Amino acid sequence: MRASNAVKALTLAVSVAWIAGCSSPSTLSEDDSSMGGSATGSSSNTYGTGDASGVSGMGTDGNLDVANLKTVFYFDFDDSTVRADSVADLEAHAQYLASHPSASIRLEGHADERGTREYNMALGERRAKAIERFLAVNGVSGAQAETISYGEEKPVVLGSGDGSWSQNRRVELKYVSR
Amino acid sequence: MKKWFISAFLMMMAVTARADLVVEVTQGVDAPTPIAVVPFQATGLALNEDIAQIVSDDLGRSGFFKPMNRSNMLGTPSTEEQVFFRDWRVSGNDYMVIGRVAPAANGQVQASVELYDVLKERKVWSETVTGNSNNLRDVAHYISDQVFEKLTGLKGAFSTRIVYVTAKMNTPGNFTYKLQMADSDGARPRTILQSKEPILSPAWSQDGSKLAYVSFESSRPAIYVQELATGQRQKVQTFRGLNGSPAWSPDGSRLALVLSKDGNPEVYILTLATGQLDRVTHHYGIDTEPTWAPDGQSILFTSDRAGLPQIYSLNLPTRELKRLTYEGKYNSRGRLTQDGRFLTMVHQDGSGFHIAVQDLKTNRLDILTSSSLDESPTIAPNGSIIMYATKKGGKGVLAGVSLDGRVRFTMPNGDGDVREPAWSPYLQ
Repeated sequence: MRASNAVKALTLAVSVAWIAGCSSPSTLSEDDSSMGGSATGSSSNTYGTGDASGVSGMGTDGNLDVANLKTVFYFDFDDSTVRADSVADLEAHAQYLASHPSASIRLEGHADERGTREYNMALGERRAKAIERFLAVNGVSGAQAETISYGEEKPVVLGSGDGSWSQNRRVELKYVSR
Repeated sequence: MKKWFISAFLMMMAVTARADLVVEVTQGVDAPTPIAVVPFQATGLALNEDIAQIVSDDLGRSGFFKPMNRSNMLGTPSTEEQVFFRDWRVSGNDYMVIGRVAPAANGQVQASVELYDVLKERKVWSETVTGNSNNLRDVAHYISDQVFEKLTGLKGAFSTRIVYVTAKMNTPGNFTYKLQMADSDGARPRTILQSKEPILSPAWSQDGSKLAYVSFESSRPAIYVQELATGQRQKVQTFRGLNGSPAWSPDGSRLALVLSKDGNPEVYILTLATGQLDRVTHHYGIDTEPTWAPDGQSILFTSDRAGLPQIYSLNLPTRELKRLTYEGKYNSRGRLTQDGRFLTMVHQDGSGFHIAVQDLKTNRLDILTSSSLDESPTIAPNGSIIMYATKKGGKGVLAGVSLDGRVRFTMPNGDGDVREPAWSPYLQ
């Protein structure tokens, strides 16, 4: 257990250092052509009930049911740092993706309503890319992840105030193919 | 003052039935000029618009004028001989407008209008305006422009248009977005684009013939250029990542835009005829929201290269970069007046996000609004009013404020949230 925690801590440290550094042209190429089926807005696969048809991956931690993992990751205001509470589930997704090279995901970045719209588009993209980099550090190939930002245009919660805003500052991870 | 607000409010209520956007004037200049716009006389035809009421509403909305309530008028003269100036002086008016509408050739109508100085008892301006019976609102706004210009010395902007985006949540996560165009008073809204996916950043070309905007209808953000007269549109060259923030060069040949294809959001200039793309910013921070200076020689944009967003200006020939905003930790989405002197922006302080204006000559910054979720300022072509998006009662509404902060109005939409206004240039 301790060793596993140390690995997690090291991974987190590396990914935070990576993210904090300047974003030179990403080593991950968002190569749409390898996506297989086109990722249209209508193909949204979300997880929650675990009734997905036998999708599970075997990671180093033993039985891994991707269906039970979080698929929404939250961020602090005006920030694109992957939060500590996102790490465990992201690592699990990464393990699954790394062991299923034909699986692919779409990362949808969002911002809360404050501030200007196009700047928030860029913030949403920054968050999606932060998640993408974290996954890359954990073994996910660039060809498996696509990022898109919706800025503040698609809130899950209407209304103002910290309660609403904190729920809208998010990246949603959606499996395009498993 | 209170009586004026009440009468202005009642006038606005009367307009409600016609428009999706309803104007509510909330504040005017300290001493608005009292003016009476007398109902026009119509002979030999039935009109589908009340021209005098539209003129009265236009002048009232500008905040410069205090239009007389029709119910207080003792009579409705339509020719000079019928005007007893003493009556109008006694009821508190400095100026009055009278008019007559009659059929003209080719099924058109003709409005003969006269503006009088009540105190001096003399005519200031008169004109006969010809128009289509279907476009009487245009005739009315033309009259408003003339009256406004004669009495304030400023060019009127009543014959302009606005575009804006509406959003309605059908079910959680399921929206209907519309790009709409209306007259500057919110009347005659029409839908230019309807989509299940977001629409944002509408921008008018300087000659008023085209719009550029961002649409997610192809499932990724893309910039479209649409010709308003024909409705024909074209998607401009689209790249991986962000495609956003289109801004027309003053001569209409180029679009400044934002792409993140090279790793992070940067400003580029696209020459529309050739497809040539010039990269304008080179920084790992977010560079976005470009806008051109009126002389076409520089581009202003938002950048968080210093940590949080501020507004910078890049001289295109020399590529010299200058930071413009130093007050406050967050300044973004700059727009210039047509003379290039004033910069309006979204400015954040301890109480939220407000509309502010900076005099680029003196660098003095004035915060114009006290609401806390303001965005998307757009300036009338005569520099008189900044229209912007804000939230009122939890709903997205449009609002207007003058550059000196004295005149204010709001324009809520009946159906859903409204945002992203863009004011047209002078049209025709």
